[in-house]
Amino acid sequence: METIFDFEKPIADLQLQIDKVKQVAEKTKVDMSATLLELDEKLEAKRKEIYENMTGWQNVQMSRHPSRPQTLDYIQMMCENFIELHGDRTVGDDKAIVGGFATIGEHSVMIIGHQKGKNTKERQYRNFGMANPEGYRKALRLMKLAEKFNKPVVTLIDTIGAFPGIEAEERGQGEAIARNLLEMSVLQVPIICIVIGEGASGGALGIGVGDRVYMLEHTWYSVISPESCSSILWRSWDYKEKAAESLKLTSENMLTNKLIDGVIPEPLGGAHNNPEKMAATIKEQVLTDIKDLLKKKKDKLVEERIDKFCHMGVVIEGS
Amino acid sequence: MAWFKRDKAGISTATEHKKEAPDGLWNKCPNCKKPLLNTEQIENKYVCQYCNYHLRIDSMAYFSILFDNNSFTELNANLRSADPLNFVDSKPYAERVIEVAEKTGLNDALRTGYGKINGLDLVVACMDFNFIGGSMGSVVGEKIARAIDYSIKRRIPFMIISKSGGARMMEAAFSLMQMAKTSAKLALLSKAGIPYISLLTDPTTGGVTASFAMLGDINIAEPGALIGFAGPRVIKETIKKDLPKGFQTSEFVLEHGFLDFIVDRRQLKEEVSNFIRLVS
Repeated sequence: METIFDFEKPIADLQLQIDKVKQVAEKTKVDMSATLLELDEKLEAKRKEIYENMTGWQNVQMSRHPSRPQTLDYIQMMCENFIELHGDRTVGDDKAIVGGFATIGEHSVMIIGHQKGKNTKERQYRNFGMANPEGYRKALRLMKLAEKFNKPVVTLIDTIGAFPGIEAEERGQGEAIARNLLEMSVLQVPIICIVIGEGASGGALGIGVGDRVYMLEHTWYSVISPESCSSILWRSWDYKEKAAESLKLTSENMLTNKLIDGVIPEPLGGAHNNPEKMAATIKEQVLTDIKDLLKKKKDKLVEERIDKFCHMGVVIEGS
Repeated sequence: MAWFKRDKAGISTATEHKKEAPDGLWNKCPNCKKPLLNTEQIENKYVCQYCNYHLRIDSMAYFSILFDNNSFTELNANLRSADPLNFVDSKPYAERVIEVAEKTGLNDALRTGYGKINGLDLVVACMDFNFIGGSMGSVVGEKIARAIDYSIKRRIPFMIISKSGGARMMEAAFSLMQMAKTSAKLALLSKAGIPYISLLTDPTTGGVTASFAMLGDINIAEPGALIGFAGPRVIKETIKKDLPKGFQTSEFVLEHGFLDFIVDRRQLKEEVSNFIRLVS
């Protein structure tokens, strides 16, 4: 079944109307092309109006659309010769983070990302894209491999957070994420990070320290999900929309605040409306950046990456 | 007939004869509930002399414990939180910061300074839990970054004392990026070959655990501290099971291999200076 959000209702209604007019036209053989043309124009205008003015919460909804493409979809659409690599060599293989070598255009890269799963069975298998420490350690192992063979790293971020569980704590969830932040900041190869869905907290940042960090247009990235923020600050789940506004978590907000390097536009109506087009846009961006970043000397690359993150934050200085 | 009878009505003790009991002379141990005398507490480094419970203390107390003769120079004391997102929850963040600052006398949740411990140079960054739960926002990140710069420039060992609920929600993604910022700076410190000691105290959770607190050349902790990434309540709600006894304590974290040792606060200065001597 197709998922239609509340805010998309006017579009669905218009679409329904158009379908009805078409049916009537076919049945009665009356020429209704003028009416149809008018309705089509109206529909297009409505779509533009709605999708170009989405609120924070509407973007959060869109980022969770059940048919939204995920890491493995993008790998399939953007890459060739993908070899998936498994395991952190210590504890096991985390299914919430996938990765491996592949080619994008003429470049061989290491591509790593969260995988949420698309149906109940898959989601359970993937732990809803919530990685355990071994997921972050697998990601680091693969990044080190990329460094060894001098290949760029591409990460695709899509998680509601690192998994909060007993075993995750026993195996050092905090340490695993912290280690990735430190190692990624000094990795000697280009890193391009793209938020393709949800970007929540340390679970997202754990594979998110890069030379270029992008968000797809209708995604979100923040320190906490709007639901959890609502429950902590307002002590109720009912303020998630308000929390989504307050957190300034949209791609537009994040770019304004200089916390990301760019926004990658989505097809009208969201990535799921035209996955192929979305993948092509991402691929183009990645190829441009790889070309650009490979020109830089390694020291310079790392220095600029560290500098970028060190400039993030706003403080008042003075007595 | 009453056993005791007042022969004069009213209170007849003259004001100058009244016994004064000044505030804060006594304190109750939150663990064993026994009364602790303030002067004894200071001497005992704020550790309960009956049950060894480590009381939660602020950055000034840690500095007085570590630095010789309590002598240190504070760094970047004047950094204060801006409100880049105009964040409003039950009250505006900008107002909250001013209120907390007035109440605590602190500018933010971290104090940085340098001085000598047992004659050795050390730069220390210490969190203050009283300031919005010791949460990390832009100021905490920036002060740590600058303290590390100071350490690198003068080749002085560096120590962070963590005591925090994690990233500060009111600065949202700005707070999140402080995790990357502090970790990146620590990478530079490490490359420069300068020792970094991370002391985790009660509590150390969230984004602080997932960045600088876990990245020490040695990670050490005070006994009985809560240390974890996710808070116990969140974990309980997620897995819908009771948590094992002693879960996420210093002892638990040591047992699982993420701490080098647990240090009694009364031996802290000795242990830290000993380590610095051994690696210098």
